[in-house]
Amino acid sequence: MNVLVYLENIEGKFKKSTYEVVSYAAAIAKQTGGTLTAVSIGNVAESTLAEIGKYGATKILTIQQDNLNSFVNQAYASLIAKAANSVNATVVVLSNTFTGKGLAPRVAVKLNAGLVDGALELPTFDGTNMTVKRGAFSGKAFANVNLTSAIKVITLSPNAYQINDLGTSASIEAFSETANANDFKTIVKEIIRASDKISLPEAELVVSGGRGLKGPENWAMIEELASLLGAATGCSKPVSDSGWRPHEEHVGQTGIAVAPNLYIAIGISGAIQHLAGVSSSKVIVVINKDPEAPFFKVADYGIVGDAFEVVPQLIEAVKALKAQA
Amino acid sequence: MKILVCISNVPDTTTKITFNSNNTEFNQSGVQFILNPYDELALSRAIELTEGGNGSVTVVNVGMADTEPTIRKALAIGADDAIRVNATPLNSFFVASQIAAIAKEGNYDLILTGRESIDYNGAQTGAMLAEMLDIPSISIIKKLDVSGNTATVAREIEGGKEMITVDFPFLATVAEGVAEPKIPNMRGIMSARTKPLQVVEPIAVASLSNITSFEMPAARSAVKLIATDNVSALIDALHSEAKVI
Ligand SMILES: Cc1cc2nc3c(=O)[nH]c(=O)nc-3n(C[C@H](O)[C@H](O)[C@H](O)COP(=O)(O)OP(=O)(O)OC[C@H]3O[C@@H](n4cnc5c(N)ncnc54)[C@H](O)[C@@H]3O)c2cc1C
Ligand SMILES: Nc1ncnc2c1ncn2[C@@H]1O[C@H](COP(=O)(O)O)[C@@H](O)[C@H]1O
Repeated sequence: MNVLVYLENIEGKFKKSTYEVVSYAAAIAKQTGGTLTAVSIGNVAESTLAEIGKYGATKILTIQQDNLNSFVNQAYASLIAKAANSVNATVVVLSNTFTGKGLAPRVAVKLNAGLVDGALELPTFDGTNMTVKRGAFSGKAFANVNLTSAIKVITLSPNAYQINDLGTSASIEAFSETANANDFKTIVKEIIRASDKISLPEAELVVSGGRGLKGPENWAMIEELASLLGAATGCSKPVSDSGWRPHEEHVGQTGIAVAPNLYIAIGISGAIQHLAGVSSSKVIVVINKDPEAPFFKVADYGIVGDAFEVVPQLIEAVKALKAQA
Repeated sequence: MKILVCISNVPDTTTKITFNSNNTEFNQSGVQFILNPYDELALSRAIELTEGGNGSVTVVNVGMADTEPTIRKALAIGADDAIRVNATPLNSFFVASQIAAIAKEGNYDLILTGRESIDYNGAQTGAMLAEMLDIPSISIIKKLDVSGNTATVAREIEGGKEMITVDFPFLATVAEGVAEPKIPNMRGIMSARTKPLQVVEPIAVASLSNITSFEMPAARSAVKLIATDNVSALIDALHSEAKVI
């Protein structure tokens, strides 16, 4: 089956999740005996686009128009659907980022396609239909979804698929389609980004703090540990509800679901709603002074102790490890 | 301002999820159902925006009669009226198609959904519905202000937010930050019983996908405890054994 992958960029640069989704889409093309085309919207340098060829796309369609330099959901969705039609793609793959979540359902409706949001693995393919595994019940379980429509749309969870450099290359073509004037009704006025921060949903390492840390003034050590490790910071819901930390750091069933390689939970009890958002983490470390804290039941490593004594020692140990390297 | 808020009926967040013996169906027995937490935020903001007679809030749910306690809860919180599409919500495409049929009749200025339902977590219904209605959509918003016919919303993006303006009509999917959940008061609970709840029959919708089975996450092996007088052993283990740092 021919596959189309959407290349999400941030200010002209591709992120890790974009390379992941290209590798994933290339594997689907290979599995189903088709070719992979990529489509990029907005201002991206030719040299940056060319990089994508390495991961298995044979052709890259690029759409660069002044009115597409900031994200407009409707216009982007219609261009992705047009690109899919132009290469007879029967599978369309996007990243399951904030932007991808807004786009994929619109693309699916345009193509009369079934949609799986947040795929965790390669689909199984029976020659016609595809079955894709994704999270359900907020990380408490998984669902296998069978896509029976002729065209299938899939979004890939960040951190779920390995980037594979295949050493291939792609041709780059300008895609001349334009979006409808009617598709530009949302206007981006301003983008506010904390540029020095690692974004939580995509982070490979997360250091997270709970109510056990007593107050916002005690987050300096959490931030220091996180920055030494190159990790994002997270927190439990009561912490963000109390305004100790911003809402976008709140991890769990009603916050962000994360799937990092390492999740370090400090002073978090491990309520079922919190665990729902972290159960896909590869390694979980729990630091809690209460040996009965439920979080220890799902932890790989644990320290039963006072965070105010343990965390400063961890910081020293990470510094020592870095000094060795 | 006419606002439509889409509400789903989901298992309470403390529910331990189990499936029937061949893992094809969620086991509902003994499960307490609630108004989806994000929908509660969307509804709360809709009520704030229409306070003082500045419009009306309709809630819509696709569900069988057993969802009515959740619909009454939404009316108790302050919605003016409710519509229930009498069908089992098979998937997001089905639900969006049903609500699109309702919305086409209603001339709503603003349609709100939650960012996702906490049960099947499609995170699809909102933007699908907007596409079916051919109106703009903004997914995962953290702030919603309205002035006249124009709204200013903050959309969540990786590591920050995007400030967007858009005119009515449009759809947004709501995340934390948009409002604090409103608690129904006694007057709300009393009046909820008599507020209009219209039941309509579903339209036919083609099936594009179906869930074939569920799985539970693999159990983790027992925790390795590290003594407080040997904290650096944790960093060593993460480096040499787990190889994650
Ligand atoms: C509808 C709903 C949705 C929810 N969604 C979420 C969600 O998405 N995410 C979420 O996190 N929660 C969520 N919750 C809340 C959840 O139920 C818990 O209340 C919350 O996770 C507890 O946060 P906590 O672990 O930080 O605090 P607590 O439960 O108060 O735990 C603090 C922990 O810190 C430990 N501690 C105290 N002092 C120290 C110290 N000096 N050193 C080390 N450890 C110490 C204690 O032993 C305790 O285990 C939700 C609740 C509801 C009702
Ligand atoms: N059965 C339903 N009836 C009405 N609205 C729903 C229903 N299911 C989902 N929604 C709305 O769509 C949002 C996203 O749901 P989902 O696509 O299932 O994650 C929810 O937060 C609700 O606002």
